[in-house]
Amino acid sequence: MTIGLAQYLAVAAILFTIGVFGIFVNRKNIIVILMSVELILLAVNINLVAFSAYLGNVVGQIFAMFVLTVAAAEAAVGLAILVTFFRNRGDIAVDDASVMKG
Amino acid sequence: MDPKLLVTVILYGPLLGALIAGLFGKKIGAVASMTVTTGFLFLSAALSWFVFAKWTWGNLEPFTLTYAPFIHVGNFISNWSFRLDALSAVMLVVVTTVSSLVHLYGWGYMADDPGKPRFFAYLSLFTFAMLSLISAADFMQLFFGWEGVGLASYLLIGFWHHKGTANAAAIKAFVVNRVGDFGFALGIMTVFWSLGSIQFNHIFPLVAAHAGDAWTFAGQSWHLMDLACVLLFVGAMGKSAQFFLHTWLPDAMEGPTPVSALIHAATMVTAGVYMVCLLSPMFEYAPVAKHVVTIIGAVTALFAATVGMMQNDIKRVIAYSTCSQLGYMFMAAGVGAYQAGMFHLFTHAFFKALLFLGAGSVITAMVHEQDMRRYGGLMKYLPITCGVMVIGTIAITGLGIPFAELGFAGFYSKDSIIHAAWEAGSAGHDPIGYFAWITGIFVAGLTAYYSWRLAFFTFNGHARWTSEDLEHHWHNRDHDHGHDNHAHAAESHSEPDHGEHVHLPHETPWTMRLPLLVLALGAMASGYLFVEKFVGPERNAFWKGAIFTAANNHVLAESATPVLVTLAPLIVSIGGLLIAAYVYLVREGLGARLAAQQGPVYLFFYNKWFFDELYQATFVRAAKVLGDLFWKGGDQKIIDGLGPDGVSAVTYAVGRGTGRLQTGYLYHYAFVMLLGVAAMLSYALWAWNA
Repeated sequence: MTIGLAQYLAVAAILFTIGVFGIFVNRKNIIVILMSVELILLAVNINLVAFSAYLGNVVGQIFAMFVLTVAAAEAAVGLAILVTFFRNRGDIAVDDASVMKG
Repeated sequence: MDPKLLVTVILYGPLLGALIAGLFGKKIGAVASMTVTTGFLFLSAALSWFVFAKWTWGNLEPFTLTYAPFIHVGNFISNWSFRLDALSAVMLVVVTTVSSLVHLYGWGYMADDPGKPRFFAYLSLFTFAMLSLISAADFMQLFFGWEGVGLASYLLIGFWHHKGTANAAAIKAFVVNRVGDFGFALGIMTVFWSLGSIQFNHIFPLVAAHAGDAWTFAGQSWHLMDLACVLLFVGAMGKSAQFFLHTWLPDAMEGPTPVSALIHAATMVTAGVYMVCLLSPMFEYAPVAKHVVTIIGAVTALFAATVGMMQNDIKRVIAYSTCSQLGYMFMAAGVGAYQAGMFHLFTHAFFKALLFLGAGSVITAMVHEQDMRRYGGLMKYLPITCGVMVIGTIAITGLGIPFAELGFAGFYSKDSIIHAAWEAGSAGHDPIGYFAWITGIFVAGLTAYYSWRLAFFTFNGHARWTSEDLEHHWHNRDHDHGHDNHAHAAESHSEPDHGEHVHLPHETPWTMRLPLLVLALGAMASGYLFVEKFVGPERNAFWKGAIFTAANNHVLAESATPVLVTLAPLIVSIGGLLIAAYVYLVREGLGARLAAQQGPVYLFFYNKWFFDELYQATFVRAAKVLGDLFWKGGDQKIIDGLGPDGVSAVTYAVGRGTGRLQTGYLYHYAFVMLLGVAAMLSYALWAWNA
């Protein structure tokens, strides 16, 4: 069986779904949410690279590089916020992070 | 000097003083404020006496000065003006003399009060308002002054605003006067409606032509002059505390005593009498209104005298006495003897201000105490006060020698009123005249009784106080504002404050004694000096047409009267004196024993004929119920409920509902975002395929 576009897209879709579920099924840890976001971004990257290879167009791979950069930046900022949040509140449980309640 | 310039200074000097003391009192300090206001008042008083002297003995002619337009709307013309005639000349000296003396008295009486600039500003403001009232040339300025004195009276009754009772009394005075002012305003409207002008010099000549006019209203035909005069008299009843609208005057004694002397004895309360006399050209054509005036006046005189006999608060006794004397003045005006009414107003101002200031002197000496049951035997401690109070008492009871025509002030004025009532009854064949005469005689006896009771109760007999009482009051004076007094200048210079100092009442400083002596002079001489001018043969030359007397009005004419009629007032006065002397001198303590029995007559009089209770049960309660209905039902439920409160409640509910969407949980937001993404993707796919 050759590994074609459909297989790549299937893997990306599975990763994306895992990421989404990771965000809102998880009630414990904010780090898990950050990790899930990374998963979603990786799923998108796989899509981009897969289509790039399939279409023979390099723009998709260049875009994937940009997404990686942004993901790195997002992870850095996200972790920084997390550390500060931990210092202020003493834990990083998702259920406790409801300061924005109306 | 030009009298026009003089009267302008007389009128506007007090206003200037009031403005300076009122607006800059804090900056320039108490002494400067007091000096400025008192200075202007003494200037006004001096000039007033000059004008009055020129009027009486010179050949000053009546004139009207117009300063500026007030209201010019169509035919409704009113100007700021000064009308000088006999009436206003008399009132000028009354108002400025008493006011200036009260200003001076205030230096001593208010010595310890922190609000001196305010007090003197109010006093001067009152004087200005009163002067603009008496100098009005039209109804509108009269009304302006009328309301101005009401305002000043309100401010001064409530001068000690930290006292709940003073505030209540001030509001009561204001509200009761509103009732009268409503009638007054309706009267002015009636005059304008029927005669087309509100200027005195325009309408008075028109009255005779309109004497028979009638007005159909509500299916009834109303005699126009009677209607206008009765309505105007309702205003006078309010201001002059006549029967039915009298309830505010005794309570007004919550104000400082100089205020009681100036406003609630000598000047403001006489404004009603002044107005009726001023409007004599109208009242002479209003027979029913004149009867109303006579009856109300006589009933007031009787009512207030009976209540005054039973009171124990020294100021309240004098307040009821004022009320009663005002009844006499209205009685005189009602039977047509306007001159006699004005004469009694003139003499009454002196002796009543004297009695009030004397009472203030006693209250000062006794440190706050106003209850006569705690006085007694003060003659040897307060000889000057006692002397002048006795002079005032002789003046008010009208003791004199009938055939020698020699006596103190009240002797002339009160006898002329009673005599005019007799004339109205006998010569004028008016049963109301007889009624007024009998009431007048009877009340003269009551007057003698309560006036001498006051004097004997205070100055004679055994002391019903101890120096410890005074000491106690003296030390509590800063905490206890329950009584009328702040002034302890008399004490402040003489408080050595060593252990065995015995506190005894003693005379007040000269600023308080001097006004007493001047007023005592007035109480002695004002009747004798001016009887010929006011009510005697020279009256027409003196009044110069300021008071109109109809052709059939001969109540002041000299005629042969039975000796008994001439002597009657004197006999009952001496009778009253003897009874008072028996009860309070010979059998000292009899009065207290009689009061302790609580007989029905005593209770009826002591409780002021239950007028306060009656009004409380009817008008006050009804007003409260009505007010509650409109406030709680109309305003709070309907207007507020649908308006501001309803809008804010809806906004709040909507806000709470939407606010609940903001859970604060990250996964809720993420879930909603996912739903959104899914929805948009679905739409995009659907749109792309279609």
